[in-house]
Amino acid sequence: MALLSRTRLEPLEFSRRWWLRLYVGAIFLMLYLPIITLIAFSFNESKRNIVWRGFTTKWYWKAWNNDSLIDAFVNSITIAVISTAISTIIGVMLAVALWRFRFPFKSAYEGLAALPIVVPEICMGVAMLAFFSRVTGFPTDWIWPLNLSAITVAHIAFSFPFVTVIVRSRLSGFNMELAEASQDLGASEWQTFWNVIYPYMKPGIIAGALLAFTLSLDDFVVTFFTSGPDTLTFPVKVYSMVRFSVTPEVNAASTVLILITVVTTLFAMRFQSPDKIEPEN
Amino acid sequence: MENWNENKSTFWIFALPGTFWLVVFFMIPLAIIWALSFGEQVSLTKTEVTGTLEHYIRALGDPVYLKIIWKSIWMSALATFFCLLIAYPIAFLISFVRGRLKMILLAAVILPFWINLLIRTYALIAVFRSRGFVNFGLEWVYKTLAMDRLFGPFQPLELLYNNGAVILGLIYVFMPFMVLPLYASIERLDKSYLEASLDLGASQFKTFWRVSVPLTMPGIVSGIILVFIPMLGSFLIPDLLGGTNAQMIGNVIERQFKAANNYPFGAALSFLLMYATFAALALRAWHASRSKGNDV
Repeated sequence: MALLSRTRLEPLEFSRRWWLRLYVGAIFLMLYLPIITLIAFSFNESKRNIVWRGFTTKWYWKAWNNDSLIDAFVNSITIAVISTAISTIIGVMLAVALWRFRFPFKSAYEGLAALPIVVPEICMGVAMLAFFSRVTGFPTDWIWPLNLSAITVAHIAFSFPFVTVIVRSRLSGFNMELAEASQDLGASEWQTFWNVIYPYMKPGIIAGALLAFTLSLDDFVVTFFTSGPDTLTFPVKVYSMVRFSVTPEVNAASTVLILITVVTTLFAMRFQSPDKIEPEN
Repeated sequence: MENWNENKSTFWIFALPGTFWLVVFFMIPLAIIWALSFGEQVSLTKTEVTGTLEHYIRALGDPVYLKIIWKSIWMSALATFFCLLIAYPIAFLISFVRGRLKMILLAAVILPFWINLLIRTYALIAVFRSRGFVNFGLEWVYKTLAMDRLFGPFQPLELLYNNGAVILGLIYVFMPFMVLPLYASIERLDKSYLEASLDLGASQFKTFWRVSVPLTMPGIVSGIILVFIPMLGSFLIPDLLGGTNAQMIGNVIERQFKAANNYPFGAALSFLLMYATFAALALRAWHASRSKGNDV
């Protein structure tokens, strides 16, 4: 690798300066070490989270047999799946509308549509709490999974703008001549949409959907304000466990959640180059 | 791009579901909070909007809350400053690395985003608590140096439940958010300017201060805003790492909406946070329009 060759250091070869590499390495270590130890100690025999006493998977069994934890997990997955499906559909549709049409106050509208991305989570959380508790229904004592609808509605509200932003940025690279060629060759507008534009959007749609999934699965603050005693999600349940005590069972539960989101994210990264994930607003 | 007038039905079909959701489940809830912030609590569950400003006056006038607001601001500002300090060299290095390693480094920066905030905060508790790794390491050093014979048994440091813990937590959680806009900006920087500056005799340090920093200012401003706003409104980090000793606005808001059940006051505090957000976004838009061309 060119990085290791021993030629003279050019002034702009910052990637070969040992102090910069050492520094960046140290920062990455600090960034990841707490998470790695958290995962490692989920396999620790000792209940005390500090000394290694041998390998075990008993904490995973304990978490597995913790009914309320599993219920919360099922709730989280259910909410995430429904929220992802709806967010993706309405997010993609809005992206297409914004890409294709010119209309009055468009830039203002685009700013508004990106607002859920930038509004502080706590404001969104309390707004949802006030909305659902004082204004409109969605009681949390309905039968499962209808009792999750308030949380799901809130999750869609903050997820779909991300889908819109990602798909919109993907569409801005679309070559309009392709659509024109398709229509010149006799395809209807609908056929052009499904056979030309949709395949082009697809990586953006998948990346957006995976992002919506992790956002919903990971959300704590907004869910914390919209969930009732019977509608705990996984992060809210883990929060109550963390407040109570620091046990390897929490580590095991966290490790499972990390695994799911990391795998989802790695998939998403394959579909979208990382610099496009950054919302532009 | 088509004018919406020419194809109204298609336009509405595509734009309506998203607009509906945005209006009903985002704008209206926020409008309710906004209205509540001018309201009065008449009974336990009833609030009347009377147009009073008493909650804003209380939030900005009562020394207890004013103190928490200032504390939130300076803690967020300090943490943002450290994030910038830590992230700039990382972004700089990544933009000078080529090929596969660049993708790996970028992925490594982005990955913590998707690890649950709660879990990352929890991981820090294990590091900082009195029986945590830092104290464990310190105790080991203490005993190895035989200091327990001189000064008595090791006293674990109280690293959690204070302002320092919250600031460290904020830096830890939000630092990756700072790297991306900086990276995007440095990547776009024409490196021949740096060469020219060095060729003309400026030192590396001077080149950095007089060329790199001014030219990547849009990225710096973006990064600061992207990090400062969520820090200011953070709830979980001060809640778990700060305990009752180091509360921020987010914790006060949460208490008003849950335990204290004083929606109007909580709403006023939330909207102070919203106004700060709008101000920051306006600042960013203003800065972007001023330095058009190399906006991030």
